[in-house]
Parts: sequence; C-alpha cells; structure tokens
Amino acid sequence: MTIDINPLVIFFASILTSNMILSNFLGMCSYVSISGEYKTASSLGKSVTLVMVFTTALNYWVYKLVIVPLGLAYLQYVLFIMIIAASVQIIEMAMDRLLPDLHVKLGIFLPLITVNCAILGTSLFMVIRDYNFVQSLLFGLGSGLGWWLAISALAAIREKMGKTKVPRGLEGPGIAFIITGIMALAFIGFSGIFTIT
Amino acid sequence: MEILTTVLSVTVISVVLALIIIVAEYFFNNYGECEIDINNGDKVFKVEGGYSLLSTLSGQKIFIPSACGGKATCGLCKVQIIEGAGPLLPTEEPYLSEQERNHNYRLTCQVKVKNNFRILIPEEFFNIKEYITTIESISQLTHDIKGFRLKLPDEETVQFKAGQYMQFYTKPYDKIRESVYRAYSIANVPSDNEAIELIIRQVPDGICTTYAHTQLSEGDQVKINGPYGDFYLRGDCSEIIMIAGGSGMAPIKSIILDVLERGIDIKMNFFFGTVTKKDLYDLDYFENIAARHDNFQFIPALSKPAPEDNWDGEVGLITEVVDRFIDDGSDMEGYLCGSPGMINACINVLATKSIPEEKVYYDKF
Repeated sequence: MTIDINPLVIFFASILTSNMILSNFLGMCSYVSISGEYKTASSLGKSVTLVMVFTTALNYWVYKLVIVPLGLAYLQYVLFIMIIAASVQIIEMAMDRLLPDLHVKLGIFLPLITVNCAILGTSLFMVIRDYNFVQSLLFGLGSGLGWWLAISALAAIREKMGKTKVPRGLEGPGIAFIITGIMALAFIGFSGIFTIT
Repeated sequence: MEILTTVLSVTVISVVLALIIIVAEYFFNNYGECEIDINNGDKVFKVEGGYSLLSTLSGQKIFIPSACGGKATCGLCKVQIIEGAGPLLPTEEPYLSEQERNHNYRLTCQVKVKNNFRILIPEEFFNIKEYITTIESISQLTHDIKGFRLKLPDEETVQFKAGQYMQFYTKPYDKIRESVYRAYSIANVPSDNEAIELIIRQVPDGICTTYAHTQLSEGDQVKINGPYGDFYLRGDCSEIIMIAGGSGMAPIKSIILDVLERGIDIKMNFFFGTVTKKDLYDLDYFENIAARHDNFQFIPALSKPAPEDNWDGEVGLITEVVDRFIDDGSDMEGYLCGSPGMINACINVLATKSIPEEKVYYDKF
C-alpha cells in the first residue's frame, strides 16, 4: 500500500502524470463536448475542481465512518454516486442562494458534472490506494486542477484551430480525441519527475 | 440476512440523503412569494419562487413558445424582462443578439424566479391556449405523410394567423415513458376556427411523428397548445413566392386559402418540391384552385422522377425550378417551409432574384 507517500507528491502527480483525463481517460464526455470555447471550458474545469475536493472529502468520511463499519464495501460504487449526486445538488442550491455571482459563472455547470466519471473515479482511487484524509484531500484537489488544465488546454487548442480546415470525417469530437492523444503523450514526459500508481 | 442488511442500509442512506436535500431545498430554494407584473400592470399575480420563469408562467396559463422544453437549445422562449432577471447566463448567450441584449431580452427557461419580476409579453402570446382536441379524421396523404384534423372542444375556438404553428403533445407509448411535444404548422384556414389541421411526415425513429402515425386513430384525444410563430403573410408587395417541400406545405396551404378567402389583391406563386411522384399530394386540389383564380400559380416539381411516374411537369431541385420561373423579384416577398438545407439554398436563390433576406420569411423544421 502507498500509505506513506508525501501528500504533495500525490498532489502534483495527480495534476501531471496521473491526470484524470490524460492518463486515466475519465470524465471524457463533458471534456469532449464542452471544450469548444475556452471561457466555458475553464468555468467547467473550476466547477469540477470544486466538486471533486468537496466530494472526495465527504466520501472519505462516509467510507471510514459508514461503509467500513457496516461492511458495505461492495456497495461503495452505488453509495458514492448517491452522495455525489446529492451533494452536487445541495452545492448548486446553496450557491444559487448565497453566492449568486459565482452561481452565474460556475453553478449552471454543476448539474452537468453530477455524473462525471472523473469525480467518481477520484473517490474510488482514494479507497483503492488507501489514502489518509490529507492525502485524499490533496489528491482530490490535484485531480480537479489536472482536469481543469486538460480541458482548458484542449479548448484553447480547439479555439486556435477554429479557422483551420479539418478533414470532414474528423471534425468535432474526432479531432478532439486526436489532440487529446497527443497531449497525453506530452504529459507522459513528466513521469520522470514523480509517479503514483 | 446479508440481503436484508444491504437493503436496509441502502434505504436508510437514501432516506437520509433525501431528507438532507429536502431540508436544503427548504432553506436555500425557498424564495417565498414573488410578484410578477406583465406589460406594466396589465396582469399581476403572486407565485411561489424557485422555479424557472417559463414553468412559472405556464403554471399561470401563460404559454411562451418553447420547442426544446426548457433545455436552452431552441432559443424561442425569449421575452423582455425589465426587472428581476439578474445577470445574463452563459447558457443564454448563444441565443441573444447584441440588440436583444440591449433590450433586456432573456430566455425564460433559464431565468429563475427569485424576486419580483416586471416583464413584457407580446399581446399575441395571450391568445396561446391549451386545447384537448378529438381527432375528427386522419387522411393518408402519401406513403409517409398523414393529415390530421383535430376538433376543438365544443364552444371553443382558436384565433390564429395563417402560417402559425401549434405544439402537439404525445402520451407515453411503447418504450417512450415521457410525454413530449413538437411543433407542427397549421394547415387549415383561420376562419375554420373550430378545428386544427396538421400535416405530419413520419420521420424514422422520430418520437412524436411515430406516435402520430402509429398510435393515433379517429376519436382519440390529443393535447395541443398555441398558436405560435411569426411566419405569416406580411403582404408589403404585389407578388409573393412560396416554396415548400414535403410536409412543409401545411403553413403555405393555410396562407393561400386565407388570401383567396379574404380577397387580398396579391399574386401568389407556389412551388412544391418532392423527390418522386409518390411524395406528392393535394395535386388536384391546388390545380383546381389555380384553374379558378388568376392570381394563383401552382408549380409542383420532382427532383428525381421515377420512370413509372410518367411525369411531364417540372424536373429538378426546387431551387433550379424557382430560378427558371422567376426573373425579377424586387417587388416580391418569399415564404419558405421545409428542411434547413432547402431553406438555406432557397434564400440564396431568392437573393440572386433581388429578394433580400429581410423579405424572406421561413419556418425551419
């Protein structure tokens, strides 16, 4: 088990070498469909980061205090999904009420990420890798920032490519996947610095 | 035993989460009573806050057109909101022009009622009503197009302009669990105000068209609401050119019958394009009208007539036919109804005939 990894290593590794999109290929649906415009993509990335930190922290305690004592580990997928869905809904309502300006910028994306697999993935990796609370928190934050970085980069590239002529069969998602592949290769270059498995 | 604890714990956890959401909703989503003022005091009512303006208004029996059902993908539900809407949302941006933004137009499906509102709604929206109709007759017009005549309830009438459309609701059927609605143009003349006629082509895998074609028979009930739309005769010219493809004939038919009935002095050219002869319908009907009225010309055209069609009429894409028939359109308006591809091609052709895009009106379906 990887229990004594420095949390900071986990943090940076989850941004660069174990990036949720570029090395685990999780959360692809919104990544591909909402990456047409940099501004929107970046807002979505921020919301994902927020939700990821929040749900990882929440799921950590639910796992330690409810799932393990009751022996419900085989139900963790279902329970995590339920908790993520519920907490996203509550965050959205609270943000709409308490921080209306932020809600305009980020909140309207929240319903979109309820079923984002990167969010569930983060919670499941946290359990599989047996992280402690601080490690989990930084892992959640790093994964979120990594996701944000990846979608912003893709959106920026796609915006730059706006005027270029793409072969017809590759327009839209096709070329997005190719760009993602090349980005993933580039990110592998970081693996000499630090890796987590 | 293990099954029991699993069921029990999942139930308990779900209930706890549901309770938390209910409590959160009570605290956060409770905006109290809000007052909505329409058209500077014409109508004022109090509503429970926390829902979209679109659904709040439809709860008050004021129906704003919306083809997508509130998902911010059609952009039809815009109205002017003078006060109360808050900042413009990213989901609305694609649907509002610079000018509309300056005039405070917003999408009612995205704006949430959290405080008092002052809004302006065009008068014609108040004509929009919901009707539970009964199917009086169904006619098979071609192999994939049917005509439906929906009788309004006794004593009720509908006020519409020739060319407008209604929203047509399905009931759940087969694997479709939800009621959906789609927009269809009205094919009958406005003076025939006790019924609505629709022309519906069956689209493969179309939820609503398949419902209309396979689930409905005479005597069934259908919920509709409307009328909506700004596709109607402007008539600031001496001659109009109307182009329709397939089931796009519906609003054009209504306009033609309305012009003839009201004796409006305007010359009409109706181009009706389909692929083969088996896609054509109402041919005799319009040829009859053309024989009796000097100001109406009917030009059906087939793009790919089959050998057995024995077709001696016009052949070619409808744009080519229009190009052959019309020389100078500087005193004409264009009315188009059909697929987006056809409409865009027609706009281009009409532009070469000196009919600018502002004078071309269309419904894309």
